[in-house]
Amino acid sequence: MTDVSKPRPFRILPRLTQENRFFWTSGADGRLRFLRCQTCRDYVHPPTPICPHCLTKTLAPEPVSGRATVASYTINVQPWIPGFDPPYVIAIVEMEEEPAVRLTTNIVGCAPDDVHIGMPVQVMFEQYDDVWLPLFQPVTAPAGSAAKAGSGVTS
Amino acid sequence: MSRTDLAPRPETVERASEGKAAISGVGQSDVGRRMYRSGYELTVDACLAAIADAGLRPEDIDGMATYPGALGNPPGFSPTGIPDVQEALRLNLNWYNGAMENPGQLGSVITACAAVNAGYARHVLCFRTVTEGSAQGEKGRSSVTMGGGGGSGYRADGFASWLLPYGAASAVNWIAQFAQRHFHQFGTTREQLAQIALTCRANAGRNPKAIYRDPLTVSDYFAARMISTPLCLYDCDVPCDGGTAVVVSAADTAPDLRKPPVRVLAVGSALHGRNSWDQFDDLTTMACRDAGAMLWDRTDLSPRDVDAAEMYDGFSFITMAWMEALHFCGKGEAGPFVEGGHRIALDGELPINTNGGQLSAGRLHGYGFLHEACTQLWGEGGDRQIGVAPAAGDKRPEVAVAAAGGGNLAGCLLLGRS
Repeated sequence: MTDVSKPRPFRILPRLTQENRFFWTSGADGRLRFLRCQTCRDYVHPPTPICPHCLTKTLAPEPVSGRATVASYTINVQPWIPGFDPPYVIAIVEMEEEPAVRLTTNIVGCAPDDVHIGMPVQVMFEQYDDVWLPLFQPVTAPAGSAAKAGSGVTS
Repeated sequence: MSRTDLAPRPETVERASEGKAAISGVGQSDVGRRMYRSGYELTVDACLAAIADAGLRPEDIDGMATYPGALGNPPGFSPTGIPDVQEALRLNLNWYNGAMENPGQLGSVITACAAVNAGYARHVLCFRTVTEGSAQGEKGRSSVTMGGGGGSGYRADGFASWLLPYGAASAVNWIAQFAQRHFHQFGTTREQLAQIALTCRANAGRNPKAIYRDPLTVSDYFAARMISTPLCLYDCDVPCDGGTAVVVSAADTAPDLRKPPVRVLAVGSALHGRNSWDQFDDLTTMACRDAGAMLWDRTDLSPRDVDAAEMYDGFSFITMAWMEALHFCGKGEAGPFVEGGHRIALDGELPINTNGGQLSAGRLHGYGFLHEACTQLWGEGGDRQIGVAPAAGDKRPEVAVAAAGGGNLAGCLLLGRS
């Protein structure tokens, strides 16, 4: 389970751009958002200036449930980034509203060995400066446990 | 499990233009784990070796192509570009192209074939040089990953901005998830995956230029430390220093060449799925699926005609993905196909990565596979030459595949003996 004594990892942050700013700041109100076409209703990620499906310029950020499924994952054991200590779980999750919309993320709030493909997970956010990073925890985790710990690192 | 036949299908692209392009020579610099030598010098050594192998002189070269072109970062990833070589050899070029937004490392060679076919150039010098071994030095692999290990104020751009915040700093993390999904969906096992590493090491033992040549056993494999599940140390290629070059020539220059050129029979450069590491539609395969399908669309040959398959192994699983992409086995069947290792051994029905691959011969980043495919077709493989065992008679390969790239990068060539 999450170790409350463990400091938050050092994270390399994304550079915010005109296209991605809404996504990385979306967690300020606790909601995850993706671009959604107001014409054909398809979700689009990563952001593009035009809907790739119907080619209209009617994309707008819309909140989603934040529920997702683990499509694949890896337990990273090798240290790559000073201050971001392994082991930690990197996963690709598919959003409940549109499985074709995926995020690479970390699975937190459970032991790395408990993560499996098909696992239902729920978004939570960790704020670093002007970025709210969406992380995911098992839907069975005690409510708010990872958020209270203030750490996305599993141990 | 057998190599599957391809059902006939409509051609999606005009074929046969490759017939005018051929590989006339290959060359390689010294290769080492950490040589602390100039990447510029290694590049020039490789280029001059390839030009001489073709029986040409620098003044015959009128085109150049490379992947990705000179880059300051990541350290050692690409120390040299076309302007460097053009300056050192004072080449008069009619056409040149160095780029990284193309179908993988061998996309540069495919582009060179196109230039030859278009008549822009007659002899195109192509190269790829790495000094990642020296760049990493004693500091470890993390010092040469994207972002250089971070540091205050650095922010990730482009595709890395979706991965680096989560500590997915190395391609091993990205490829591991394709492997994990393949394991989940098809029951592929680490025992099966190990056969890629073991086969490469056995072949490296016969290649004097390979980095790691001591035999590797299944026990060694399972004793190695995990890097990113399910990939362990021996599933990862070896950063090294070295330059590799090839000359792509117009086939009608054959009378001017030192030896019969290797014919380019077909190329694969397609990417129909999302151009992304984590949004590709099928997480059990990669861009290689589309490049492989295109290659077979452009020839009357079939997978069973291939005598040597040199397939990218930046990580062992990528070779499995290429095996399926090139239809050497069915979708999801790469695990059983390689089980026991006999089928893919040097004397097996489909010898793979005969120089030791990047897993054991060193991460020459794609070009090593093309170099080796040509070496085998010319019968110049020495102790690792396919088809020269005393009992075999002359069964040197007539057709070989060189395939490079993982994730959203993929390019491949079908090559034939003249």
